[in-house]
Amino acid sequence: MLRVSRRPKFVRYSALSVFLNGLSGNANWRPAWRTPQPKPHYDVVIVGGGGHGLATAYYLAKEFGVTNVAVVEKGYLGSGNVGRNTTIIRSNYLLDGNNPFYELSMKLWEGLEQDFNFNAMVSQRGVLNLYHSDAQRDAFTRRGNAMRLHGVDAELLDRDAVRRMLPFLDFDNARFPIQGGLLQPRGGTVRHDAVAWGYARGADMRGVDVIQECEVTGIRRENGDAVGVETSKGFIGCGKLALAAAGNSSRVAEMAGLRLPIESHVLQAFVSEGLKPFIDCVVTFGAGHFYVSQSDKGGLVFGGDLDGYNSYAQRGNLAAVEHVVEAGKAMIPALSRVRLLRSWGGVVDMSMDGSPIIDRTPVGNLYLNAGWCYGGFKATPASGFCFAHLIARNEPHPTTRQMRLDRFARGRVIDERGAGAQPNLH
Amino acid sequence: MASLVPCPHCGSRPKEEFTIKGAALRRPAPDAPADAWLRYVYERANPRGRHEEYWHHTSGCRRWLVVTRDTASHEIEACRDAALTSAGGRA
Repeated sequence: MLRVSRRPKFVRYSALSVFLNGLSGNANWRPAWRTPQPKPHYDVVIVGGGGHGLATAYYLAKEFGVTNVAVVEKGYLGSGNVGRNTTIIRSNYLLDGNNPFYELSMKLWEGLEQDFNFNAMVSQRGVLNLYHSDAQRDAFTRRGNAMRLHGVDAELLDRDAVRRMLPFLDFDNARFPIQGGLLQPRGGTVRHDAVAWGYARGADMRGVDVIQECEVTGIRRENGDAVGVETSKGFIGCGKLALAAAGNSSRVAEMAGLRLPIESHVLQAFVSEGLKPFIDCVVTFGAGHFYVSQSDKGGLVFGGDLDGYNSYAQRGNLAAVEHVVEAGKAMIPALSRVRLLRSWGGVVDMSMDGSPIIDRTPVGNLYLNAGWCYGGFKATPASGFCFAHLIARNEPHPTTRQMRLDRFARGRVIDERGAGAQPNLH
Repeated sequence: MASLVPCPHCGSRPKEEFTIKGAALRRPAPDAPADAWLRYVYERANPRGRHEEYWHHTSGCRRWLVVTRDTASHEIEACRDAALTSAGGRA
């Protein structure tokens, strides 16, 4: 028998609601979303209750009027990559297959908190990529110019300008002296859990069922189409099926007989003990893979390269930890005495060209959102918006026209990094 | 991740000595149809569990090895010389 859970009355969050609830001892807050049991059938079932799946449900309901939607999540909301990334947002891409999409995402970030009435702590503190050689400066100049031609903000800083921003960097590193940097002032950070919660709440209040602890174990097909999913909570029928299970995309797609151009890899992230404020932007090392920002609690949030081997384990290797902190110390010598507080790993979809896929599939009513590599978080709003567009209208959003599943067969890869079909090098 | 790799030539060695290429796939014939090359270059089974991979013992014997490894537990089941054995299956 289906248990019908009571729908919490929608309370708009505001300074006034915080004040009034404070007067009543904060005893009257309601859950931000329901805990529904699955209905037998939905117009759209979205597999994966991460940032992208929840954003897709939110925009389906809010922008495209599709509200008979379920999001099924095998764990709890925020347990996957939306709660494991390093919270950075940016749109500093070179290629025209990527840049307009990520800029759409940046524009959605800029209005997101007002849009979904949730404090996601969007902080446009700037993203600075350091360069260490003439060749790297030229490559960054090219990328900056490409960004500006797409209407995105970009500034090329020389050494003195970088020194004014971040005086503690090792400018005279013997092997990789810092010559300058490419700055995107509108880049920054966002509180990642709040993104999942805000989208879940916004989708839920518009009628979407967000079903947690519900693992998809199979996809049922009839006459070629997907008619529903087998789950740990029983069969759920669907009109359209949308996969947004990055990290496990290959496993889910295999249930529908698809083989994807994707490998799953583990990427680690780290946070240090809380420190007084000293890094007020996001800064990336150009001579190794290291990027860092400082959270509002004072912890340094940083990360680096993939561990390099296929993995479904949400944990990494000590060798990668050592490599990352060495790169960090080469960039900021003052980090040498900072203590690590936590490290963790996330499983990411590494696509074969380093760019994502938002597309239809050979299965007529099955839609795919996958291959985000380690860049999925910044894409969350645009990914949800464009995937919802694709599902509702059955045609791609203009900014995702190149993010096709068949681009590999057609030789139209989006090789932002230019590293070839070698996912552990992207 | 298993931190030690049982190299058939060098014995048990730390994984930092190795460079990982990825899935151990059988290379199609040069005149194979485009579909076969698409599968070889781009499509991956990407299993959760047992996985055969090419590893190069860069800082050791410099031989190409086929490592059979579990992608969920990271346990290494077997490690053999790629040239001395017929490696790989389909992507």
